[in-house]
Amino acid sequence: MQEFSQQVISGIASGGIFASLALALVLIYNAMGLVNFAQGEMAMMATFVAFTLISRGVSYWIAFPLTLAIAFAGGILVQRIVIRPVERAPLLTLVIITLGLATLFNGLAGAIFGYVPRSFPSPFSVETVNILGAFVSYRDLGVIAVSGAVLLLIYLLLQRTTVGLTMRAAAHHPEASRLLGVHVSWMLALGWGLASAVGAVSGIMVAPIILLEPNMMQTIIIYAFAAAVLGGIESPLGAVIGGLIVGVTVNLAGAYLPFVGGDLQLAVALAIIIGVLVLKPNGLFGRPTVRRV
Amino acid sequence: MMKRLRTLPPRYWLVLVVVLFFIGLPTVIDSFLSGEWAQALVLAIAIMGLNILVGYSGQLSLGHGAFMALGAYTSAILAHRYKMDYLLTIPIAGLVTGMIGFLFGVPALRLSALYLALATFALAVVTPSLIKRPAELTGGVQGIVLLPPDPPQFARDAFAALTGAPMTSDQWTYYVTLAWTLALFWLAWNLVRHRAGRAMRALRDGEVAASASGINIAGYKTLAFGISALYAGVAGSLFGLGTGFVSPDSFPVGLSIQLLVGTVVGGLASIPGPLLGGIFAYFLPIESNQWVPTQTWIPGQIVSTIEKAGPAVTYGAVLILVMIFAPNGVVGLVTTAYTRMRQRLRGVPDRETGQMPSDHQTV
Repeated sequence: MQEFSQQVISGIASGGIFASLALALVLIYNAMGLVNFAQGEMAMMATFVAFTLISRGVSYWIAFPLTLAIAFAGGILVQRIVIRPVERAPLLTLVIITLGLATLFNGLAGAIFGYVPRSFPSPFSVETVNILGAFVSYRDLGVIAVSGAVLLLIYLLLQRTTVGLTMRAAAHHPEASRLLGVHVSWMLALGWGLASAVGAVSGIMVAPIILLEPNMMQTIIIYAFAAAVLGGIESPLGAVIGGLIVGVTVNLAGAYLPFVGGDLQLAVALAIIIGVLVLKPNGLFGRPTVRRV
Repeated sequence: MMKRLRTLPPRYWLVLVVVLFFIGLPTVIDSFLSGEWAQALVLAIAIMGLNILVGYSGQLSLGHGAFMALGAYTSAILAHRYKMDYLLTIPIAGLVTGMIGFLFGVPALRLSALYLALATFALAVVTPSLIKRPAELTGGVQGIVLLPPDPPQFARDAFAALTGAPMTSDQWTYYVTLAWTLALFWLAWNLVRHRAGRAMRALRDGEVAASASGINIAGYKTLAFGISALYAGVAGSLFGLGTGFVSPDSFPVGLSIQLLVGTVVGGLASIPGPLLGGIFAYFLPIESNQWVPTQTWIPGQIVSTIEKAGPAVTYGAVLILVMIFAPNGVVGLVTTAYTRMRQRLRGVPDRETGQMPSDHQTV
């Protein structure tokens, strides 16, 4: 029982990481109906920025927000340079372009930083604390706290501020918003910036656990896909809950199903993706889609 | 007969020239290079399959590397464990993969284009670890080593008569691959110009309209998936024949991206496109790695950066640039230029030809 609850808590910690990246995917999906295949690689680039800052002697708690700001600017830049020219292009064009971005970032990171895995500092120690009989590391608790704070901030931004309202309006009714004087294209850019910053949080949180290298996010993005699909890809709350469920499920499957073990955990995510898409394509919190002919 | 020959459209002559070029190629290049060209043709076959799916039926798969892996392992296991003649295993691998692809197409029907892309991408990422698991069947991480194929006597004689040198196994592989390439490209050409191809294009351009015209949407979508997987399976099998070795790491997610690059660069919904795309996707990383270090004007630091980055940076940049500036790929650029030129020569203004637009890709 004790081991079980420890597995659940460490599942929640990885779930928080998946949730942050899934939330980034949802932000862009809501802005333009697109899954950003480059989200993970953008987070990886941001993590390398944080790594560079920290290794130059910047303290962790200054490097962290600074990186998020840089990631935010980077997201806007990517949207302005790469996505804007094809904003109205068919969906498949956009998907291929984000995949191109992912490949490009992966290669650039490899070229600039190399493929040697690096250890990334964490402000939280790996020592454990006894909570209700389960031994939980401070690092897991820290990850849960940081992810939770970020998700809460995003929620408040989207639901309680004028900017958030404008962003949602631009996404749902671009024409009407334009008539009301909203800069729809810039709202999309803002969405990309925000998604990039939220994704960066997941990169910075995961790097101390799985070591920093250009392919670091390749598996995390699959878990985030599973989380976003499970939660219903347009629902921010769904992404968070989906992330937690995926994190816990994958952790428990790895620990208790001998068939899965450590190396087929990713296949569990694939099974979740395919299972949800086939059985309940709208996920847990998504609205059924209505298509206009 | 002569009259028919003279009235043949010019593109038939172009096809003839291209076929002769590929048949003659190994007599002028060395054996090693023949092996490399064989691998480029392998990619071309898989890209043709992907093109049938993406270009003609409008469904995006980012996981065709997984189907190649399935084909390669089907052949390798049949040849290695059951001592089957490798050449016989190639059609079997194609059929097995095609069947699985067809079955995969059934749940795919329920997915929107975006979800399909997502699920197939996840499949591509998971493939290597899925292969490693049944280790006694697939050889696990070590993979399966295959014997190099022996050219049969008639091929040796014919090759020796032409070049005076004995035929190597690489050259034999090349010809086997070429034969499959020609057959499958011919098949694709017929497919897309006839009933099934028209139905696929119709459902790509408007599912509701196609369905209203009596096209069986589900049937043709799964058919496209099955055929596309069959191509990838044959390509995977030929890949094993050429490299003499299959392992989980032969089929990383990068392979699926390489296939997508080839499809997009060559030109979606075109028949010559995948051939150009295959050659491009195969030789680009090799050539750029050889060419860049010889350029003294490029600063040394950039050279080493490019070498370290491998093909990823180029592939990524190519995907983005082609999709933004030339969504119809090389073939699209060439046909547009050709039509413009003809209009210019005949003095017809660009806009007033009154012709139906050609089959421009709408993906």
